[in-house]
Amino acid sequence: MTTSGYATERETTEGRVFTVTGGDWDTVTGSIDPLSNEKIVVNMGPQHPSTHGVLRLVLELEGETVTEARPVIGYLHTGIEKNLEYRNWTQGTTFVTRADYLAPLFNEAAYVFAVEKLLGIEEQITDRARTIRLLFMELNRISSHLVWIATTGMELGAISMMLYGFREREYILDIFEETTGLRMNHAYFRPGGVAQDVPASAIKKIRDFLVYMPKKLKEYEAMLSGQIIWQERTQGVGVLDVTGCLSLGVTGPVLRASGLAWDLRKTMPYSDYENYEFDVPTAQTADVWGRYLVRMAEIRESLKLVEQALDKLTPGPVMIADKKIAWPAQLAIGVDGMGNSLEHVAKIMGQSMESLIHHFKLVTEGFRVPPGQVYVGIESPRGELGVHAVSDGGTHPYRVHMRDPSFVNLQAIPAMAEGALLADVIAGGASLDPVMGGCDR
Amino acid sequence: MSVEPNAEPAGANLGAPAQTPASPDKGMFGIHGTGDVSGFGGLVRRRPVDADSPRPFGGYFDEVHDALEEAYPAFADAVEKVIVDRGELTLHIAPERIAEVCQIMRDDESLRFELCSSVSGVDYLGSDNRRLHVAYHLTSLTYRRRVRLEVAVAPGTPVPSVTAVYPTADWQERETYDMFGIVFEGHPNLTRILMPDDWEGHPQRKDYPLGGVPVEYKGAVIPPPDQRRVYQ
Repeated sequence: MTTSGYATERETTEGRVFTVTGGDWDTVTGSIDPLSNEKIVVNMGPQHPSTHGVLRLVLELEGETVTEARPVIGYLHTGIEKNLEYRNWTQGTTFVTRADYLAPLFNEAAYVFAVEKLLGIEEQITDRARTIRLLFMELNRISSHLVWIATTGMELGAISMMLYGFREREYILDIFEETTGLRMNHAYFRPGGVAQDVPASAIKKIRDFLVYMPKKLKEYEAMLSGQIIWQERTQGVGVLDVTGCLSLGVTGPVLRASGLAWDLRKTMPYSDYENYEFDVPTAQTADVWGRYLVRMAEIRESLKLVEQALDKLTPGPVMIADKKIAWPAQLAIGVDGMGNSLEHVAKIMGQSMESLIHHFKLVTEGFRVPPGQVYVGIESPRGELGVHAVSDGGTHPYRVHMRDPSFVNLQAIPAMAEGALLADVIAGGASLDPVMGGCDR
Repeated sequence: MSVEPNAEPAGANLGAPAQTPASPDKGMFGIHGTGDVSGFGGLVRRRPVDADSPRPFGGYFDEVHDALEEAYPAFADAVEKVIVDRGELTLHIAPERIAEVCQIMRDDESLRFELCSSVSGVDYLGSDNRRLHVAYHLTSLTYRRRVRLEVAVAPGTPVPSVTAVYPTADWQERETYDMFGIVFEGHPNLTRILMPDDWEGHPQRKDYPLGGVPVEYKGAVIPPPDQRRVYQ
């Protein structure tokens, strides 16, 4: 073995161990006796740049062919579900939003839908709040798919795609920042509505985005779709058919790319999706290529939904009228970021003792939720995002479980990777679009 | 949910009485003694549904119930309770029958629950001896239906694994084992998945403390979340 700084080797009781941090694969394979070491076990991650976060893959290789793949997760476990049990129901949104950090609004949506179902107040959510939620979920779907195309492009060698994808995503994050005060981890959806209204400036930005984005999508496709390397790296790679998807619980674009038009927005509509015009794109190839086509088409469908939502947006309250549930704050963006508006503070502190008591009670204790359990599933950019929420009648969740699509979908990695080449593990894994924050929670 | 600050980790306190007082049926904030000036005192709250729901259940629930009864000879033994609440059907299944029931739920033509969406645990500490529950959320793509199967076991009692019927339950059962210590019999590889392999205890159990450190800011100290005042 050469003395290059890229690969160091040491002897252990398990055999010879190489630590590879870059450089030439030949320096590693060249120093292994091909007769006595036919199999190599490669530990990829948990810090590998191509594994979409802190995912670790233990791969057994024969040459460049993967004979066994075992995903190891848990490196990003933050105990979100346990923490929720010690906060009140409204505070829960600030926790769940941090799970799948590329689709924070979906986490919030699934959680608040569950809380609202437990409270039985779904019918009382105002039209404007519903429309804003749908609008923002669809914008979030676009931004999440943009990160997917960006990172997958990068992992398969199309570095410029990474720059373009993140550039357009930034546009959406600006809209989010303008409205919620934050680029991500918004805590914008609250039980009963949304934290505050969308400012007119953000509406204008969304209108501009609707003009801007279709042109960029054409650019992406002009760059990737006809690209021979892109085609070779994606077509026939990571194949998983409908049976495989369903038995492994894989939903979302991966399932739709195998030909089954299962989209909860259509098949089990929630949040007024039944009143919108949109298609469910599918592909028949069941490979990475099909998933690429489906996601690109879904961005276009989301743009259609965003446009319709903007047209449906009529003035009105964005929080439920029931003052026993509605968060009493009136938020405004001040010089130091978002906080309670000064008028609201002046009112509760100076004019209305009852408002102050009410505010104090709801903020420190929170509202009570009648005992029982519900399960709500929504279509996140990655598939079915479910929340199983249990209340014991108190002001805190008794138990909240998030069925995160990244967690479930990652189980498909061995099915897609075993028997394929090492390079296809990257393509196949990336095509699942796992987000480890959501996977490990 | 106050937990003793020095409580021993998981498993140490099996079958201990509930640490949360039973919620009163009236009022918003559970205030006793003093006058409630919040205006919420007159609210009446629902109690949890724990008795069998009466027929008809409504919607597709009757069809699902009857189809399972027809297709599964041991129905009377297996189904402990049928609860319809908030537009959701919950079938409480005897733990030893859960894998059989799942098989029928998946394969019977009039049921066809092809997808096991979610498996999760709940620890009803202080309810009765069978405090650990597992909830299986099944989805039928054919009929666009959902149903919840729920089993309850005492700590230490195994539950048959449904991985042979729904391979997707693999990681979800591992997570439930990791977090609640529920053993799934017949699972191909029941190891921890989110917590480190050498972790002791099962963190999502109710007698497992959250842990945390007090936070100090400009002289004021905020206790860790599990030791803060809670309103019950």
